[in-house]
Amino acid sequence: MADLDVVIQTAAFDPGELQQQLIGQSTDIGGVVTFTGYVRNANEGDEVSVLQLEHYPGMTERVIQETLENAAQRWPLLAAQVVHRVGELVPGDPIVWVGISAKHRAAAYAACEFAMDFLKTEAPFWKKERTADGERWLDQRSVDTERTARW
Amino acid sequence: MSERGHVQVRFFARFRELLDCDAVSVALPEEGFHLSQLMTALAEKGELWAQVMSEENLIRAVNQTVVNDDPPLTPGDEVAFFPPVTGG
Repeated sequence: MADLDVVIQTAAFDPGELQQQLIGQSTDIGGVVTFTGYVRNANEGDEVSVLQLEHYPGMTERVIQETLENAAQRWPLLAAQVVHRVGELVPGDPIVWVGISAKHRAAAYAACEFAMDFLKTEAPFWKKERTADGERWLDQRSVDTERTARW
Repeated sequence: MSERGHVQVRFFARFRELLDCDAVSVALPEEGFHLSQLMTALAEKGELWAQVMSEENLIRAVNQTVVNDDPPLTPGDEVAFFPPVTGG
């Protein structure tokens, strides 16, 4: 059974450190695929100064854990971890990290994309951005729901 | 902590702000009270509440699982209303 882990935190994280932790002392890993999402400095043509992340504690962890379990059933994984920040973030901050290790790369590539697509459309997070015009909640993008529908 | 015979109702993001309410405890008037009946009762709390309950993009969760049907509620259940998610 793959080692699955979900962490929701306000603190910043270092993607390099997370990858080292994911690997640990293992020598059976053939490949690690990671995805790091960052806060962009602009959205819909406006400069973004701050991004606020709200979530539904408990449900968030459960939804992502289920996504990782589904991924581990579809592909032979060794370990999978998701780290997601909440609270106040600024452009350039890493916001989400997905790391997947497997014996062979194909499983890791696919599972990483699968986990990120479901996180985007199922995990209860909400983004609110601050621009020069004030604050606004973001709307879900149809491109994200279309990507999830592929699976 | 849930009161006896009550469900805990939670609101997130835009709806939480609109209602200025993140959680409210609602007494179940009878056994077999359904989610849609809870929504009707909440809509009667005022104009903004009615607006939120009739939102086209209103996601509903019972005990932290999204539902698309109209399940009966049980004392102690946690019901949540929120907009489509935008994480990642």
